[in-house]
Amino acid sequence: MIEIITSNYAAAYAAKLSRVEVIAAYPITPQTSISEKLAELVDTGEMDAKYIKVESEHSAMAAVIGASYVGARTFTATSSQGLALMHENLIWAAGVNRPIVMPVAARALSGPWTIWSDHSDVISERDAGWMQFFCENNQETLDMTIMAYKIAEDREIMTPAMVIEDGFILSHTVEAVDMPSQEEVDDFLPPFDPEFKIDFKSEPRRYAGVLAPDWWQEHRYRRMLDMEHSKEKIVEVERDFERRFGRSYGGLVEFYRCDDADVALVIAGAPTGTAKDVVDEMRDRGKKVGLVKLRSFRPFPGEELVKLNDMVSMVGVFDKSYTMGQGGAFFQEIRNALYSPDGVPIKNYIGGLGGRDVTKKNIELIFEDLLSLSKKGKVDRIIDWVALKGGPRRWE
Amino acid sequence: MAKLPLPKEEYLYRGHAACPGCGAPLAMRYTMKALGPRVIMNVPAGCTPVIGGVWPRTAFKFDMMDHAFESTGAVSSGIRAALDAKGIEDATVLGWAGDGGTVDIGLQALSGAVDRGTDFIYVMMDNEAYMNTGIQCSGSTPIGAWTTTTPLGKKCEIILQRKKKIMEMMVANGIVYGATVNVAYPEDFVKRVRKATEYEGPKFIHALSPCAPGWRVDTAKTVEVARLATQTNMFPLYEVQGNEYRLTKTIKERKPVSEYLKTQGRFRRISEDMAIKIQAMVDEEYEELLRKVEQSKG
Repeated sequence: MIEIITSNYAAAYAAKLSRVEVIAAYPITPQTSISEKLAELVDTGEMDAKYIKVESEHSAMAAVIGASYVGARTFTATSSQGLALMHENLIWAAGVNRPIVMPVAARALSGPWTIWSDHSDVISERDAGWMQFFCENNQETLDMTIMAYKIAEDREIMTPAMVIEDGFILSHTVEAVDMPSQEEVDDFLPPFDPEFKIDFKSEPRRYAGVLAPDWWQEHRYRRMLDMEHSKEKIVEVERDFERRFGRSYGGLVEFYRCDDADVALVIAGAPTGTAKDVVDEMRDRGKKVGLVKLRSFRPFPGEELVKLNDMVSMVGVFDKSYTMGQGGAFFQEIRNALYSPDGVPIKNYIGGLGGRDVTKKNIELIFEDLLSLSKKGKVDRIIDWVALKGGPRRWE
Repeated sequence: MAKLPLPKEEYLYRGHAACPGCGAPLAMRYTMKALGPRVIMNVPAGCTPVIGGVWPRTAFKFDMMDHAFESTGAVSSGIRAALDAKGIEDATVLGWAGDGGTVDIGLQALSGAVDRGTDFIYVMMDNEAYMNTGIQCSGSTPIGAWTTTTPLGKKCEIILQRKKKIMEMMVANGIVYGATVNVAYPEDFVKRVRKATEYEGPKFIHALSPCAPGWRVDTAKTVEVARLATQTNMFPLYEVQGNEYRLTKTIKERKPVSEYLKTQGRFRRISEDMAIKIQAMVDEEYEELLRKVEQSKG
């Protein structure tokens, strides 16, 4: 059934369709309407879940960690400062294998105050041990949230997942979303059944106790294997999803019109849709440009991205965040993955910070820059800020 | 008064890692004797995770989870919600935190859990300082006590604060039942915790539990010193149902506070003037408690 809804509502309906049992909710812009919609669904009885009104995001994450130990499928959502406040418990959740799924309406971190979109909040949590999936549109938010439970709860993975929707740009924009039926989702997503849980049926256990130095390193190694293993699982779950629902997104990364491209731009989240339009238009004009949609940042798809070395002569990376003194996070990691003595030149474009529009014109100019650099065979400025007031003329 | 026979079951294995003379294993034994095995205990940073020992061993014979310092109230709410979702009705959710994890860093989550009406028992294991990190002042450190962050040098004004009145805060917050207990009175301890199970909603147990190294007392004197706290009215034992107060231990011959203070090295450097002030403060607070008890009768 087609519904015209925001990405926030898509996330809320995905929680309902996933038969979430415990929800912890705290308001923060622009996530709030997820929590509001869920309150309404629980209140009207459309959804059978326990709704915990917590007093902070830190407590929201703590509450779902506790609930998860009792074997409940859990859900919470956040943004920006809230995600930052959760930081300590994000690491706990991942460290103790709690497969919590959490949409993040990505928003810049303040101060000064900003409520608008970029990726600096989720990038700040790239080392929290969570899987991080970037969504292009509202349909993907819904589909990815449901898929995320199946991936996260796999007994060989047991890793929490952030489903990232660009704040306001997706969270508050209505789009047509194909809503699967409850029966279809039930058939796809089995109930949460972890190997270890507190149900008073087995001997009592202590969960998440003290690990001394003679085991901590092995614990981290095991978490590393879980994250690595999730790569196959993400692809496998998406294939299964495609077979049942007829929609797919390309696994860890989607290569869009890259086969015969001269240059390619790597991009994630909401700007992807805009960039695909630009690629189509430039292709019509005979410009051989391609797009790489980074769907999964954690796990990081290095093996997939390294293919770019043989596909194109110049790679651009667009970041909606900036790491002080280092360029965007996507850029740093992709450059690492692609590096070899005869690897392809790579350039970073920073834009869309704090809610600044990423326009078709911006992206077209990025492609033009890449095409002209590819003729020269080398990069001039490694990091360029897009459409910066007072910046280079070509961004005007 | 007839003594309550304590249940024989033990839920703490031998070989736990508490310091000699620690009050906490006593508090935990009494609490578990009162609650029985269908308990999910959750514990933040503090001495208790250490007392339980390091993986793969555990000293605890009940389901228990460790979590971040500030989170006891919130984790408790989450566990209760999941038990409700799973239809498990006869399990007790037990939040167990130290005084720092309760009156300071964990206060927000505790207040939230009480506000939400979470059906759980919260035990604050009060050893009156951050003992696990090595004796630093907490919001529950009594006036005049030496700690490593209240060194009692020339400028001793930094320790001139009273213990936070956590029970009053919890009563105002909306607990259905509250009680102060003391490891020196095991029967009363078990009775109060058991009574807490009779109520649905948030219950708060404030347990006094000496720390021998932190209080600077002989490891053999833990119970003796703890008992003096109640005998001098430094730590009176009472319970609150809704907002009705009742003394659960009447001290016939109250001992002077100085007798309590002199048992502990942590009070060694306070002046006579200060001791008199503390006595006056204790008297004033006890009078206030008695007024509440009287009002409750009326």
